[in-house]
Parts: sequence; structure tokens; C-alpha cells
Amino acid sequence: MDDGLSQQPRYFLPRQSFQSLIDQLTLQGFGCVGPVVRDAAIVFDQLRSVSELPQGTRDRQEPGYYRLENSESPRWFSWANGPQALKPYLFPSREVLWEGSVDEDGSLSFKERITEPQPLAVLGVRACDLAALAIHDAHFLNGPSPDAHYARRREQLFLVAVHCSHPASTCFCVSTGDGPAPTCGYDMALAELDEGFIIDAGSERGKRILDQLPLVEVSAEQLDQAGRELDAAQKAQTRELPDGPLNRILFQNLDHPRWDDVAERCLACGNCTSVCPTCFCASENDVPSLDGLTSEHSREWSSCFTEGHSFISGQAIRPDIRTRYRQWLTHKLGSWIDQYGRSGCVGCGRCIAWCPVGIDLTEEVGAICKDASHD
Amino acid sequence: MDTSPPGIKPRLAVHKFASCDGCQLTFLNMGETLLQLADMVELVHFAEAGPVAPDADVDIAFIEGSVTTEHDLERIRQIRSHSGFIVAFGACATAGGIQALRNFADAAEWVSAVYASPEYIDSLATSTPMSDHITVDLEIWGCPPNRDQVLGAIRAWLYGTLPAQSQDKVCMECKRQQAVCVLVARGMPCMGPVTQTGCGALCPSFGRGCYSCYGPAEALNTDSLCGWFEGLGLLPADITRQFRHVSNSAPQFRDAAANIIATDAGHGH
Repeated sequence: MDDGLSQQPRYFLPRQSFQSLIDQLTLQGFGCVGPVVRDAAIVFDQLRSVSELPQGTRDRQEPGYYRLENSESPRWFSWANGPQALKPYLFPSREVLWEGSVDEDGSLSFKERITEPQPLAVLGVRACDLAALAIHDAHFLNGPSPDAHYARRREQLFLVAVHCSHPASTCFCVSTGDGPAPTCGYDMALAELDEGFIIDAGSERGKRILDQLPLVEVSAEQLDQAGRELDAAQKAQTRELPDGPLNRILFQNLDHPRWDDVAERCLACGNCTSVCPTCFCASENDVPSLDGLTSEHSREWSSCFTEGHSFISGQAIRPDIRTRYRQWLTHKLGSWIDQYGRSGCVGCGRCIAWCPVGIDLTEEVGAICKDASHD
Repeated sequence: MDTSPPGIKPRLAVHKFASCDGCQLTFLNMGETLLQLADMVELVHFAEAGPVAPDADVDIAFIEGSVTTEHDLERIRQIRSHSGFIVAFGACATAGGIQALRNFADAAEWVSAVYASPEYIDSLATSTPMSDHITVDLEIWGCPPNRDQVLGAIRAWLYGTLPAQSQDKVCMECKRQQAVCVLVARGMPCMGPVTQTGCGALCPSFGRGCYSCYGPAEALNTDSLCGWFEGLGLLPADITRQFRHVSNSAPQFRDAAANIIATDAGHGH
């Protein structure tokens, strides 16, 4: 029977030995980042010691609501997610791409700004984050013009995934088929139990690190326990996306009254797109020096909720909130399928929790599909 | 825009109206860049920095402050006639500033309550932005605007173009900074979703709600945000105060506050 856990050889890393994983990664030249509590949320930050991990921390998430709670649990990963995961590490919110200068003879020259990123290990990546990463790979690497900046960072990335045993009420990765168990795309995966971690390698690099750890045999009881927790995590999810070809349904309902309804609530603030692990829109800007002799060309996170996103030939073709929200939803859940072969939603629920006015994407698309006619 | 012959530096003025001088400090705090700027333009009038020639002809004038007296009205018209390109910069010059709160009150009563000898005070009943009185060529919002905005405006003007200005919400920059949303994670009222970016999401980065120093963003939905504030437990007076900060007389914020007051009155409170 498929218990949802990996079919790779599995071992057990006792909780008291977990520091050895951080130490091994550090020894192999990786900078380590992992979950820590900062500013009332779980965020990824530099990790040197297990003492920095959010022990017993739980997250309570609702539309427009995120709170942390403490418990007596010895666990470090008993939370669903925070506002960001991998996106800022691979696709930074602001980066200089190239610079131009006027040389002494008056000619122009252009120079690409190349950075050489350090190897980076991320601990605590979820199945939804891995699914989002695969989508970003498809966009940034596998298209006709691979993005060199993304590619350099991607090569240096080592991923330690963790099974999601405590989904938030906003999670719906079961519905999108992306979780809660990481199935591929990681170097190492962990299933956390009170006494330690069931661990397996998903890559040769992962196996090399694994071989250095003080592992013990995993018991049948521990595997059962992890399987049961995963099963419970799946059953705990209540939100879902509607069935059906959303790319067709949404585009056949561009005048549905629900778009007006959601536009009355939506702030067009772009928070949903910024926390979305698959959104990749950016704006590019030039900033000249005061003397006008040099200029930096940079890109920064943008959003389909901004005026500039649809500013073409002297005007914004999506001037109001209604058309901007419709653009976000129809692209994310609809035309994304035509572009990348799958929906752009991985069910992480961040756009629901981090919407300042609690707009729930599953509810909006559900309302449009409920009474929608389509071919 | 820069039509001056080669070798002749464009002439720049910085004028002050009713304000706290903070916007002028944006120039003074530039450090070495101010020296570089002084090499490129001639600082004809900038009282806080030294040169005083308020009536001189200039190519570009930066105006700080709002119009609050009859004398201000005369001065700004004079300046308009002496200046090629006028930049209104800061919350006072673009929206009337914090002193525009008088627009919602009995100004004469305030004067008599505040001053021991109110007969010496000769001011208008309102505080208004420059654009109410003259043609303004460029507005730079913010309390105060940052140096990059000011330098970017000068650089663009020297090129003969307008600077790229974003009216995106503070939330966009807040997320770029990886700041955690105080509205969602702490239930703290924050004006970020209706405020234009430019400050670098300064307050939310330090765990405080946005005060809307940079004024209204584009594509606003103040009603929805007010409704959410109400759900957080804010009273109508608290919500009104959120909009009546330094950009209280920006039309969108003025109307949002008026709306709350009218709705509250309608409820018979």
C-alpha cells in the first residue's frame, strides 16, 4: 500500500541528533536557512542551531488572519507555512540585471551584473513549495530564454523538505494534488515525530549528506505513525478548488456578477501576488546616476494589481479593481494551464491568509463555477 | 526642458511655505551628493541653505509647504511667473499637510484657542496644496519625500523627461522588504493598502501600521479597508483619524473620512 511516504530507503534521525544535519550542511559549504519566528510569523532566516527553530509553535490561519500559538510539543515543524518560502531566494524582490555607462569617448557600454550565489540549503520546505518551485523552473529555466540570474541560484540550492502534518485551515494542497507529502524535487525529506525524524534522500547530493548523519533504523511503528499523521493532514483540509476545466469555465464567465462583488472587497494591494509562491511578474526600471553617466537597470516584484502591469500605449488597459482581480484569477487558475500545462495554484493558501481583507480565492472561484455554464 | 546654452548651469530655487522644513532637509541631508548637485545647477534661492533671491528667475523651483495666508497666495503666483518648471514636493505642497485639519474645523475658533493674542494672526481659513492655486508641473508626495525621488526628478528634468513615479500601494514594497503584514499577523490598523509607496515600507518594517505619509495610491478601495478596520474593533472616530493624518485633505482621504462620519451619523450615534 502506498502510505504517501517516499519509496526511498528510510532511516531515523533522533531529535537530539538533528543539529548534525545543520552541521553537515554547513561543513559541506552550504549556508543554512530555516524557519524561525520573527515579527509574529514563521519566516525563513539564517539557521545555525536547532535552538533557533520554532519549537512547539503552531500557526492559526483564517482569511485575513495569521497568528502564532505556543504549545508544549517538542516539534519544530508543527506549523503549515509563513508568508514566504522559496520565492525570495530564487527570484529576489529587487535585483540589478545590468548597468549602462557613457564612456569617455561618448560611446555607450553595457555590462551584465553577475552575482555568484553561495550554496544554500533550505530546511523545512513543504510539498506546496516544491510544486511552486517546479512551476518557477518551468517559467524561468525551461522556456525559450532561460533566466541566468535564477539559474545560478537554482544550481546552488539544496532542499530539505518536511512532510506537512499540521495544515492550516487555509490549506488546500490535496485539492491541487501538490501535497501534503513531498514526493519529488527535494534532496532530503523529513517526516517529523515527537522523538525525531524519518528521513530519506531524494538525490545523490542528499544521499551523501545522509551518509554522514548518526542515523538509526526506523521502526514499523514510526512509519505507521507518520502515515497516520499524513492521512489526518489530508483529511483536515476543508477548502478545495472546483473540478472542471477552469481555463474554459473562467474565460466563458468574464461577465459573471461575482467579479463586481469581489471588486467591492478587493484592495488591489497586490499582497496575494507577492505571497503567492508561483507569481513571477516583475517590472523593470532604470535608475540613472545624478550625473547621467551611468544607469542601473533592475527588476522588482510587481503585480497584476498595479496600474503599471497593464500600462500599454499610454494607458492602463485594466484601470479598475474588477479587471485586475479577474486577470489574477483567470491567469492563475485558467490560462496558466494553457501556458504551463497545469494550474498556477499549489494550494498553499497564502493568498487567503495574507489578504488584508480576507478574500478567499477558493470561495471566489467556487462562486463563479457554481452556476457557471460552460462547454 | 533644459534649454540653457552649454556651459550655463540651470538655475534652481527651493521655496518654503507653511511647513516644518522637513522636505528641505531632504536636500540638505544629501551630503556629498548636494555638492555634486551644486556643480550641476546653480542654487539661486534656498534660504535654509544660504542663498536668498526669492524673486529671481529660475529654470526649476521646488516648493515646500501649503498655502495658508493671503501673503502665501501672492508669493506663489509670483514664484509661478518667475519659474520654468515647478515641483510641489511633500505632503503640505501636494495635499495641504497636517495643518489642513483646519479645513474640517472652525479655523477662527482654533486661532483664538491657541494664541494668546489672536489679533496678530492673519491666516486663511484653509490650508491648501499648490495645485489649488497655480499650475504645478510635477508633484512629489511624501512626508518627507526621499532623496531618490528628489534626485530622480532633477535628473529626469535635466534629461527633459518626467521621472518614473509609482502610485502602487505600500503593500507592494512591504512584501519586497519581506516585512510581515501587521494587519494580518497582529490585527493592527495599517493604511498600507490605500497609500502610495515611496517610503520603503518604513513603519511596517518596524512593526507599526502605515500612517499614510505618502498619500493616496491609485485604484483605491477605502470602503473595504474601513469595513475591515471596523471588524478589527475600531470605532468610527478611530477610523476617521486614520485618514486624517498628513494627507487629510487629499480628495480620496477627505471623502473617505466624510463617508465614515456620515454613515456613523446615519446610525444615530
